[in-house]
Amino acid sequence: MAAPQNQPVLRFAVQRLLGAIPTLLVLIALAFFLIRLAPGGPFDSEKQLPPEIETKLRAAYNLDDPLPMQLGRYLLNIAQGDFGPSFQYRDFTVSELIATGFPVSLRLGSLAMAIALLLGITAGTLAALRQNRPADYTIMGAAMTGISIPNFVLAPLLVLVFAVWLGWLPAGGLGDGSLRYLVLPVIALALPQVAYIARLTRGSMIEVLRSPFIRTARAQGLATHTIILRHALKPALLPVVSYLGPALAAIITGSVVVEQIFGVPGLGRFFVQGALNRDYTLVMGVVVFYGSLIIALNFIVDLVYGWLDPRLRQV
Amino acid sequence: MRLFWVWALILALAACGPADQSATSPAPGADNILRIGNGAEPQTLDPHRAEGVPESNILRDLFEGLVGEAPDGSLVPGAAQSWTVSDDGLIYTFILRPDARWSNGEAVTAGDFEFGLRRSVDPATLSRYSSILFPILNAEAVINGELPTTELGVRALDDNTLRIELNSPTAYLPGLLTHSTTYPVHRASVAAAGERFARPGSLVGNGAYQLSEWTVQSHVRLDRNPYYRDAANTQIDTVYYYAIENPDAELKRYRADELDITGALPYQQLDWVRENLGEELVISPYLGSYYFGFNLTRPPFKDARALRTALAMAIDREILTQRVAGAGEIAAYGWVPPVAGYTGQQPEWANWTQAERNARAQALYAEAGYSATNPLRVEVLYNTNENHKRMSVAIASMWKQVLGVETSLLNQEWKVFLETRNQKSDTQVFRAGWIADYNDAYSFAQLMHSKNEQNDSGYVSAEYDALLDKAAVEQDPTVRAGYLEAAERELLADLPIMPVYFYVSKHLVKPRVQGFVPNIMDHHATRHLSLNGD
Repeated sequence: MAAPQNQPVLRFAVQRLLGAIPTLLVLIALAFFLIRLAPGGPFDSEKQLPPEIETKLRAAYNLDDPLPMQLGRYLLNIAQGDFGPSFQYRDFTVSELIATGFPVSLRLGSLAMAIALLLGITAGTLAALRQNRPADYTIMGAAMTGISIPNFVLAPLLVLVFAVWLGWLPAGGLGDGSLRYLVLPVIALALPQVAYIARLTRGSMIEVLRSPFIRTARAQGLATHTIILRHALKPALLPVVSYLGPALAAIITGSVVVEQIFGVPGLGRFFVQGALNRDYTLVMGVVVFYGSLIIALNFIVDLVYGWLDPRLRQV
Repeated sequence: MRLFWVWALILALAACGPADQSATSPAPGADNILRIGNGAEPQTLDPHRAEGVPESNILRDLFEGLVGEAPDGSLVPGAAQSWTVSDDGLIYTFILRPDARWSNGEAVTAGDFEFGLRRSVDPATLSRYSSILFPILNAEAVINGELPTTELGVRALDDNTLRIELNSPTAYLPGLLTHSTTYPVHRASVAAAGERFARPGSLVGNGAYQLSEWTVQSHVRLDRNPYYRDAANTQIDTVYYYAIENPDAELKRYRADELDITGALPYQQLDWVRENLGEELVISPYLGSYYFGFNLTRPPFKDARALRTALAMAIDREILTQRVAGAGEIAAYGWVPPVAGYTGQQPEWANWTQAERNARAQALYAEAGYSATNPLRVEVLYNTNENHKRMSVAIASMWKQVLGVETSLLNQEWKVFLETRNQKSDTQVFRAGWIADYNDAYSFAQLMHSKNEQNDSGYVSAEYDALLDKAAVEQDPTVRAGYLEAAERELLADLPIMPVYFYVSKHLVKPRVQGFVPNIMDHHATRHLSLNGD
């Protein structure tokens, strides 16, 4: 591509990146105050601390400073990549916990996303080709069910059937990290997304198949699979691609539930336990990390969208 | 087609992602690997900063205190082979085992214990449990930063002899010395790794096992310590402690043969478990007391002993334990659970029939000024949990039926609940439970002392405090028990709390696990267990 054509893309990218900074700052400040507003604190436990010891603990974690000062110090620290020590898991820093939890969540999430796309697009395309015929009704019926069953219902059911009754797969944990431990969590995480993507693909595929350029292709005698794969799929995927951002957010929030149910040691589980334990630094760390991740990935999706739809490039 | 290859690539990348954890894998039912469900994720494996049950279970395998526990929970020599007590009961002298070794092969010395105890009370350690060591001379002043740690009443006289001086004779000291705050730590590794020494690679212990792997929110893996003094009699090679908070999930993993011992049981499935896994169900008395407290600092329970007594009498504990709790819990009319060397106290009405209690409760309720037209309106606070909810609902309906009390129920999430309960400004009736830190009635009695942080009722009784203070300095076990029993009688006459039941411990244990002896502390060190080849 020639240089002049690249400039709008570059300007667009820089604008988006600069726009992300205030978003992130607002997110950090909100999370910072919300977790501190929640009643109960990190040092409340069944065995009450003697007041002298609680005073020392609060001082050690700088909890007695004015809140704006605490927030300022926190921002300075994360600017240097330091998320602080975990309140709850005292042998680890938050950065260490994110470093161990994120690869697990990433694996879980990318597998779920890959399966959601693969199955969702295939099923949606098939349904579109058999529009208003039994195959279509079956696929869309299944998709409707998939969307309606929340994963906190689906997950324990999967465990009961495949782990307890049939004994094919582990009931929880990550074990040695092999794939068989991920099968059930990935299914629980992917199914609602499969359903959603299938519906999106079907709708837009039906529309594309009716458009003049496809009729032209048919008239030229091209084989159906060539028409679908080479000509129809790319434009039909536009709504799916724009759904990738929300899908990613859904998979991240879904993993909070699924990791907790399956006892998978990912970031989602850290987040839930961190919130319950009022582990201020851990909750903040996960929020900042995921916040930045979602902003970054939405940015990438915008760029991919431009690649898929030439009309957008000319703006 | 291009998109297809993109997906294929994503899938392949995800599939062969970080699989480096695969170094170790507990195959289901593999020989000589024990897999334990251990409740919440341990907060720390630093023995001096640990406070919860999950971490103390693991620490019991990693370290050995001066005093140890036999499989049945009774006290036996641990790292110390013997000890003597001075005539005034103030000085304990411990002789260490000459063959005691750290997991790196170095000898365990009295100096290590001295270092450990000093570190435990050092304000810089930020221990949340060190106040348990107050009986040791100067411990309180050191914890409060008023004296240096060298002033703590603990001295290594030579490599094998440790002397502990006390403020006053403390009969439960040997029991206290099984607690993790008294464990020794390896000086060189603490110096090298700093406050985060308690991790694989840097944690050096003197227990039967050593720390080999720790994946937060998943598991802790321990392997046998070849240098342990009794390694020859240690049967199990490897033990996994899994972090599983949810008893339903834990039961599923047990049924899928991924666990050998569960840490808890879901109440809702107790009947199913009894029917289907009855042989593997181990239920036994546990040193804990479940009760509801009255807030004595504000109406309606301030200066209202008759009312408190009426409410305490009007609940049918047989129904509450059998139908609501349901695991074999013991109906409690007193505060201290059955514990050796102590006679549990009960109010006189414990031996009445429930009908007699109800009649008396109605009379007391009227005496307190309440009636059908002017009923007591009260709020019961509990932490969000299905079992506590059922218990609170049952109690409220008994109060309603017998006395006509109008109860409203309020539940709060755990941390919120703890704060509300401790502030004493909003509560009227609140749920509570207490598990002993050491096997002695004093572990319960001290909770109701007017100065105790745990005294959420705000109970202040000069008589009660005086009896406890006497017991604290009494050396003769019988006389001491007498003081504590008198204190409990005092407590049960005042009823700042309403006892409901004494806990039981509940585990599922696979038949292949041998040597699992139920005991009142619910302590089960791995070195006492073995596995049957199946």
